[in-house]
Amino acid sequence: MAGLELLSDQGYRLDGRKAVELRKIRARMGVFAQADGSAYIEQGNTKALAVVYGPHEIRGSRSKALHDRAVVNCQYSMATFSTGERKRRPHGDRKSSEMTLHLKQTFEAAILTQLYPRSQIDIYVQILQADGGNYCACVNAATLAIMDAGIPMRDYVCACSTGFIEDTPLVDLSYIEEAAGGPQLALALLPKSEQIALLEMNSRLHEDHLEKVLDAASKACRDVYAVLDRVVRDHVQEVCTLLGE
Amino acid sequence: MLKSKTFVKKTRSGGVLKIVREHYLRDDIWCGCVGCSTCLQENPVLQSEPVMESALCDKPHYILPDTNVLLHQIDILEDPVIQNVIVLQTVLQEVRSRSAPVYKRIKDVISKPEKHFYTFTNEHHRETYIEREQGESANDRNDRAIRIAVKWYNAHLKKDSGDVLQAILITNDRRNKEKAVEAGITAYTCEEYIKSLIANPELVDRLACISDEQHEIESGRILFLEHIPLSRLQQGIKSGTYLQGTFRASRDNYLEATVWIHGDAEENKEIIIQGLRNLNRAIHEDIVAVEMLAKDQWMAPSSIILQDEGQNEDDMENEEEKEKLLKSTASKSMLKPSGRVVGIIKRNWRPYCGMLSKSQIKEATKHLFTPADRRIPRIRIETRQASVLEGQRIIVAIDGWPRNSRYPNGHFVRSLGTAGDKETETEVLLLEHDVPHQPFSQVVLSFLPKMPWSITEKDMKHREDLRHLYVCSVDPPGCTDIDDALHCHNLENGNLEVGVHIADVSYFIRPGNALDQESENRGTTVYLCEKRIDMVPDLLSSNLCSLRSDGDRLAFSCIWEINYNAEILNTKFTKSVIRSKASLTYAEAQMRIDSTSMNDDITKSLRGLNKLAKILKKRRIDKGALTLSSPEVRFHMDSETHDPIDLQTKELRETNSMVEEFMLLANVSVAEKIYNEFSECALLRKHPAPPLSNYDILVKAAKSKDLEIKIDSAKALADSLDKAECSSFPYLNTLLRILATRCMMQAVYFCSGMDSDFHHYGLASPIYTHFTSPIRRYSDIIVHRLLAAAIGADCTYPELMDKHKLAEICKNLNYRHKMAQYSQRASVAFHTQLFFKSKGIVSEEGYILFVRKNAIVVLIPKFGLEGTVFFEQKDMPKPKLFYNDEIPTLTVEDVCFYMFDKVKVKITLDASNIQHQKIRMALVEPQIPGFNVPKQKYANGEPEQKKCKMDS
Repeated sequence: MAGLELLSDQGYRLDGRKAVELRKIRARMGVFAQADGSAYIEQGNTKALAVVYGPHEIRGSRSKALHDRAVVNCQYSMATFSTGERKRRPHGDRKSSEMTLHLKQTFEAAILTQLYPRSQIDIYVQILQADGGNYCACVNAATLAIMDAGIPMRDYVCACSTGFIEDTPLVDLSYIEEAAGGPQLALALLPKSEQIALLEMNSRLHEDHLEKVLDAASKACRDVYAVLDRVVRDHVQEVCTLLGE
Repeated sequence: MLKSKTFVKKTRSGGVLKIVREHYLRDDIWCGCVGCSTCLQENPVLQSEPVMESALCDKPHYILPDTNVLLHQIDILEDPVIQNVIVLQTVLQEVRSRSAPVYKRIKDVISKPEKHFYTFTNEHHRETYIEREQGESANDRNDRAIRIAVKWYNAHLKKDSGDVLQAILITNDRRNKEKAVEAGITAYTCEEYIKSLIANPELVDRLACISDEQHEIESGRILFLEHIPLSRLQQGIKSGTYLQGTFRASRDNYLEATVWIHGDAEENKEIIIQGLRNLNRAIHEDIVAVEMLAKDQWMAPSSIILQDEGQNEDDMENEEEKEKLLKSTASKSMLKPSGRVVGIIKRNWRPYCGMLSKSQIKEATKHLFTPADRRIPRIRIETRQASVLEGQRIIVAIDGWPRNSRYPNGHFVRSLGTAGDKETETEVLLLEHDVPHQPFSQVVLSFLPKMPWSITEKDMKHREDLRHLYVCSVDPPGCTDIDDALHCHNLENGNLEVGVHIADVSYFIRPGNALDQESENRGTTVYLCEKRIDMVPDLLSSNLCSLRSDGDRLAFSCIWEINYNAEILNTKFTKSVIRSKASLTYAEAQMRIDSTSMNDDITKSLRGLNKLAKILKKRRIDKGALTLSSPEVRFHMDSETHDPIDLQTKELRETNSMVEEFMLLANVSVAEKIYNEFSECALLRKHPAPPLSNYDILVKAAKSKDLEIKIDSAKALADSLDKAECSSFPYLNTLLRILATRCMMQAVYFCSGMDSDFHHYGLASPIYTHFTSPIRRYSDIIVHRLLAAAIGADCTYPELMDKHKLAEICKNLNYRHKMAQYSQRASVAFHTQLFFKSKGIVSEEGYILFVRKNAIVVLIPKFGLEGTVFFEQKDMPKPKLFYNDEIPTLTVEDVCFYMFDKVKVKITLDASNIQHQKIRMALVEPQIPGFNVPKQKYANGEPEQKKCKMDS
């Protein structure tokens, strides 16, 4: 058999999307009561849960405290049942440490940490089901959870992955598209100011194509923003009605 | 914008793995019909009033073929008559997984706007998507999906256009058709539909004849054993009961073939298959599985020539007799590993050129087709225009080979023209050698610069203006695609400046566009005797890129500062604009150099170049470069009929080697530059050193003439070839060089990142590439782009830096070059035949080039013609033959033939088989009693079975 045709001549991808179309996004905020903030997101078959604690006092050694801003502590993990084959995933393996680091960088750039000197903000994200774009789902979920916790940010952080296949940028890659092994670019964007919080790329991409791919990625991030904003507004409205105002 | 429904698909791959995939259904997939008011499409493809007059369906209609129709009847669908076809995504995907070539062809058809083929993405359409039901096989589900789509189309068209338009399902599956009719869909089999087409009866011939599986057994005896299914073959190959290999039919004996086993097993590398039953319907080039026979059934390769000439299709008894004939000739010691074909792993069928052998029954519609390639069996086709096709060269495709049929079944694809015609035969040889020779398509031509074209200011920005230099080109007479020009002048500091200017083709052919893809595919310009198959369109090859002396041309220049000892002091590469001052032929340039009265700038420059070239050449030869030789001839064509009237061996002048020397220098300089800049992705050319055993024949042959050839290095070989002279036999040296050429390996293109051995053996250069002929070689275009990127004159693009892509390009280029060479030789052979046809019977002197076990190979220098004289014939008493491998010699009766002996042969054209006309040679001198052709009595009948092998 001759491999999979990731993009047909008619411009449809394997799952029937066009090149610039996102998967269906569904999200809920405030899913847990104990945590300060929490959110759940589905991007197609990728499902992620984010929980936020803080800002609170530094736990553990006090030496980590920063005198002028808050420490952002992240932890990324994947559920054992998140992939086709059940697999135990100990904390601190290379892949999740890297992801943790990326998340940390992303949110240090977005949260107004200088408002909370000598304190700590914890962000825990877990992938419940993995189908491509894990980092992006985590960022989007964490954004909603931070908002739910009421921590001030510069802007939403919206993330979306973009691949490049047959000279066309494909937005929001699914697992099969990722596994095809082409170049892949993950972008976390602050949509209003169009500032980039994080940009990661693996495998080689010719520099002539970079701009095209980047444009597609930021367009996709703005699309994600539209969806997240809707979710937040709906949630706030719901809370307001419950409070009876 | 998108209504989506997520659902789950399960598949198995290897082990049990659950795969969850999303599948979005959309309602923005349009029907593709012009004038449809419900669909908001931008570029509808299907015409609103499709014109296909069918007796079955009087209303205008679209046709929807199912998978099997598409797979087997692609020849019909490609016909310009068939238009307005809807190809479903389901069908397209099935075709993709089942046959890559057909998939490629249908994609080409879909992309042609005049064919009005539309792909309907039914699997993602909300109303045509269906889920597989419990207990339903994947095939049944797909058939149902196709029927649903047809139904949807019919409902959609009805709603939109009233009762006028209709969609028709074309299927050859009886059950599918019944179900479709039940569901109220108009469905026909392909045969019914094509036959019903008014005004196009000839299409019927092109129908592939696929017999229904169930019908297969009913007629006649079963001639062949069943093929074992692929899954069991793979098991067998793994466990070692079967061997996998490439099937190679024998050219001379249709009952014999060899299978080259894949992998690197030491023994049983080559397995002999004999007899129709053992061959078991395998066709040349197929990948097959074979089973070894027990040792006592092993056979020997037969030396007899058998051609399949039976007209009657079912006389197996006759065949068995012939098979016995094979066995009786075998002697014990010659037995080789033998086997039989048990199954086919992959068919490698292609359309074949050949001629129709009309059936003797006058009204018959089934006829046998004899392919030009003798390794392909005859093919049975059904046609009603046999009397028209008789005597024509036609193309036929194989459809299948049922177990009860002596010959494979096929169908007529198209006719090329009358056999023996120069145009037809040229077409045949181009097709047989897979040379792309169609006229350039409109898409390709659209990328040409608009005429009148001139150099603009923008072009000058990155270019050096070299129009003041005395540049001239030196080429063979009649050359219109001039891609190189030279200049040379004195510098103030006492050194010389030498420039090689190459046409800047990469300026006109931009990477990635259709023009670029087309020339990449063609790879090279093919020069036939009377015709040139261009790699780039004529406007570029003979006008804008050709460095003619009538105007300004863009060039890529390589300029050296050289001192009088021909040492390079400085190298510079630049894009430039030049104005050639003269387009000379080799003879004209030679005349200028030799003339004492001419002293203009061009002549001076030529003399300077000539002087340097001599030093360069000497230095190169000292390093061990080889001077090889091959008997090349040129035909003199009659200017009106284009028939060859005379031939002449190519003459070499000093100027030939002068131009060559500077081209080599430029190529080496460029190779070094691009390799330094792009060590991973430079396109280079290498010539591997041949294994020493290749030289055995050369050394032995020289020894028989008391000469010594040393082969330990290229230098030693070159030196000993120079010394190998014989005063009484001046042609001996050329013969030795011809022989040495035959020992060499092929030079090939490769990508520097994929290989570590760069050495060019023949030129004795550590690194080499092709830079100097971008008009006729695609490799040079790539090298130009690399060099332009290296000097910053042009930007790179992703594919250029990708070593895997480049390796792929190299592979194609090597293949195209090989095929171009073969077709050139075939063209020379054909023209030689034409020449001897007009000339009649000739006696000529020649030299023995090789001695074989039962024949000698004779070279006639005057015509550059090589032929074999056999000493064994079917209907003649065998002469006493003794072959000595050591010297080597062949003794026939009392006459002993050494290599390089002078003989006299008679040359005639044998036109008894119009498809395989051949030159025959018969021995005249020396005399062998009872064997020779009488010297004078030419008119009296045919000479003995002689064969000329031109394409060895």
